[in-house]
Amino acid sequence: MVAILTESNCIELKNITKTFGSVVANNNVNLTIQNGEIHALLGENGSGKTTLMNMLSGIYSPNSGEIKILGEVVNGSSPREFINMGIGMIHQHFKLVDVMSAKENIVLGQPGSIYLNARKMSREISELSEKFELNVNPDKKIYQMSVSEKQNVEILKVLFRGAKVLILDEPTAVLTPQETKKLFKILKNMKENGCSVIIITHKLNEVMEISDRVTVLRKGESIATLNTNETTAKELTELMVGRPIDLSIERKQVNKGKKLLKINQLTVLNEEKIKALNNVSFEVFEGEILGVAGIAGSGQKELCEAITGMQKVKSGHMTFKEENLIGKSPRDIFKMGISMSFIPEDRLGMGLVASMNMIDNVILKSYQKQKGFYLNRKPARMLSEKLIDGLEIKTPGVHHPVRLLSGGNVQKVLLGREIESNPELLITAYPVRGLDINASYKIYDLLNEQKEKGVGILFVGEDLDVLLEISDRIMVLCEGRVVGIVEAKEANKEMIGYMMTGGDMHESI
Amino acid sequence: MNLFRLVKRDTITSMHHTFIRVIAILIAFGLSSLLLVFTKSDPIQAFYNLLIEPFQYRSGPIEIIKLTTSLTVISLGIGFAFKMKFWNIGAEGQILLGAIGAMVVARSLPTMSAVGLLPLMLLGSFVFGALWGLLPAFFKAKFGTNETLFTLMMNYIALNIVKTLESGPWKDPKSFQNTITPLPDNARIPSLFSEIPWSLLNAGFGIAIVLTAFAYYYINHTKSGYELSVVGESESTARYAGMNVFAIVMRTMIISAGICGIAGFIQVAGNNSTLSSGVAGGLGFTAIITTWLSKLNMFMIPVVSFIFAIIAIGKDGLITIGIPSAAADAIQGIILFCVLGCEFFIRYKIVLIKKSDEFISKVRGAA
Repeated sequence: MVAILTESNCIELKNITKTFGSVVANNNVNLTIQNGEIHALLGENGSGKTTLMNMLSGIYSPNSGEIKILGEVVNGSSPREFINMGIGMIHQHFKLVDVMSAKENIVLGQPGSIYLNARKMSREISELSEKFELNVNPDKKIYQMSVSEKQNVEILKVLFRGAKVLILDEPTAVLTPQETKKLFKILKNMKENGCSVIIITHKLNEVMEISDRVTVLRKGESIATLNTNETTAKELTELMVGRPIDLSIERKQVNKGKKLLKINQLTVLNEEKIKALNNVSFEVFEGEILGVAGIAGSGQKELCEAITGMQKVKSGHMTFKEENLIGKSPRDIFKMGISMSFIPEDRLGMGLVASMNMIDNVILKSYQKQKGFYLNRKPARMLSEKLIDGLEIKTPGVHHPVRLLSGGNVQKVLLGREIESNPELLITAYPVRGLDINASYKIYDLLNEQKEKGVGILFVGEDLDVLLEISDRIMVLCEGRVVGIVEAKEANKEMIGYMMTGGDMHESI
Repeated sequence: MNLFRLVKRDTITSMHHTFIRVIAILIAFGLSSLLLVFTKSDPIQAFYNLLIEPFQYRSGPIEIIKLTTSLTVISLGIGFAFKMKFWNIGAEGQILLGAIGAMVVARSLPTMSAVGLLPLMLLGSFVFGALWGLLPAFFKAKFGTNETLFTLMMNYIALNIVKTLESGPWKDPKSFQNTITPLPDNARIPSLFSEIPWSLLNAGFGIAIVLTAFAYYYINHTKSGYELSVVGESESTARYAGMNVFAIVMRTMIISAGICGIAGFIQVAGNNSTLSSGVAGGLGFTAIITTWLSKLNMFMIPVVSFIFAIIAIGKDGLITIGIPSAAADAIQGIILFCVLGCEFFIRYKIVLIKKSDEFISKVRGAA
């Protein structure tokens, strides 16, 4: 399966340029991948990492530049050609058919007889799985698998197709720290077997931990390629952002105030009538940030939507300053005079109206306060202009559709609107997802500011380092249950990671 | 290998915009001329008959205004629903029900004076149309039923209700065919101008003007209009903002279908003199195109409807000079296709691969 390579560079990208309309996604990018190395591709969101790798797997074709694989120039533009040349890409969002087994997914689209020699297939897959310690059961259905198992099926799929170069797009975004360790072990194992691995990421600690060399992309251009053991996280950050930056997040010391939100034995069913939240109990106080950690889909979404009245509650108690919230719609909560703000995960699909301009988005939460039939946009226009100045929102003007703004600016519009409504409780889900470092720190500052004003904040996060730094307490969810609530000062990443998989917090210490 | 690629335009000047549209119209004329030459007709004469001649004879402009009126009112109604991304293609049925509503009022109050009767007929048509639209709206809002199929199917039910009325309960005893008794004079929309008799031009277009102003104000400057736009863009945002999505869908469909119902009233009490199964005559479907071409801009709806009306009336002029009616339809199709097709070139441009490198360096220079 693994060919003996004569060239020392298995991939060479020379002066690759790719544009989408007038947007230049990649500009004269150069990248060389050596045989048997783990090469990290580091860059902020929107720096062109994924575009570059999509060209290397035949999904896009470059406007200009040269792609050489094993010394040969590639002209083709179909993914199949690239697969045949030994390039396998594992996308951020898995491309698997849920109702099929691992085996069926692996052979899907393979050339050859339409009849499958099932037993032979199973044997081959098992052998390959053992060789790379992937632990894939060929007959297990995809929908029964955990995220990490699915990822392993993806890896096995490209290996089965003879991949010698593996490209992984943000593979750890969906994994717990423990699963990440396992994945890294698999990748190292591959390297020993002669494969090359390209790992796309924006997490510095992962680059330092696993890669041999690292290439930094910034604004679509390749800035530098370095040997990992000759560089530091600080240097890489500077290359990535373009200037020195302080990476620590402050945890402001604020005296805990009164109890704001009290949730007792809350159970919520999802659309399939399965318990998305199971007997969840916790409290949020004024002037604190309660972090929520958990693997994606552990009930975070349902929790946020249950509190804000968007999700029906099966059983349990929920009070805001002694006032009952159960059975109340968002409109009822608004009418009760409770000032609660929610920054949802899906900013453009739920928090904002993507195609509308800033004025019409800023007015969304306040228009109901206006009396009569006529909609007065004047206050909203003034507020929009104030937000643009105050939060440094980059936009051609208040009449520009928010969908055309960058991720960071979209989030500033949303957060700005919510903060302006003077909330007592702020619920925020993945507030920095997709944002660059600069914008992320601006968001952390804004949240800390609110905390100092005495606002209670529920912070649903995914980056454990950030959660540990910014939160006062961290609640860990696993399969809709609260595994535990810990003081952030006393917690560490391994402990939270262990709890995320359902482990008891006392065992890990 | 690819010789060209499509590039999305960021901005386009209004000059360029107009240029593309003019080119599209020229292409439409070119293609239609080919077809006309093929049918051994004179293209110049044909275009004269299609676009100019309707204005030459006395009843031509009146016919165009009448058709514009009906198309405008129906398009406005459809526009409300479309703005909410509720694909109401049941205007045809709502027109018929509105027409029935107007007839019910007129038949129950035969002796009332026109001043009292006509507003009541208008109200009746609005209520009947609205009820017909409310049914699919309810199922859509409550159970997520597909409104496209639902509203379409209801057209056929409406049509057969009218046919039943024609052949039975409301049949004109004086007629040998299945027709409904004509409306008396007090139940007909009068003319606005004394020199043109009402039998030719009625005051229906006044209703269209008022409705256009209402629709523009409602959608752009009221809280309800804002709410229906938000529901149209994203239902989850609407729920997030505490909007009552069910009430908004129902309210909007009452207005949408109700306005289509009013078009039914204008048809029976104005343009025709009674109800017949041909009273909607496909206008409910044509109006979908005019609504869409107006890009849901309420002030554009009368303009587009006017252009449509000219072509539709002018089409009859083609037939008089011996062009087969099928060819006349084809010409209408060609014009529409080119005008609609040019939208693509307003949004995208074609760049030859050779030139794309120059393009990139230009873009880079600009950035």
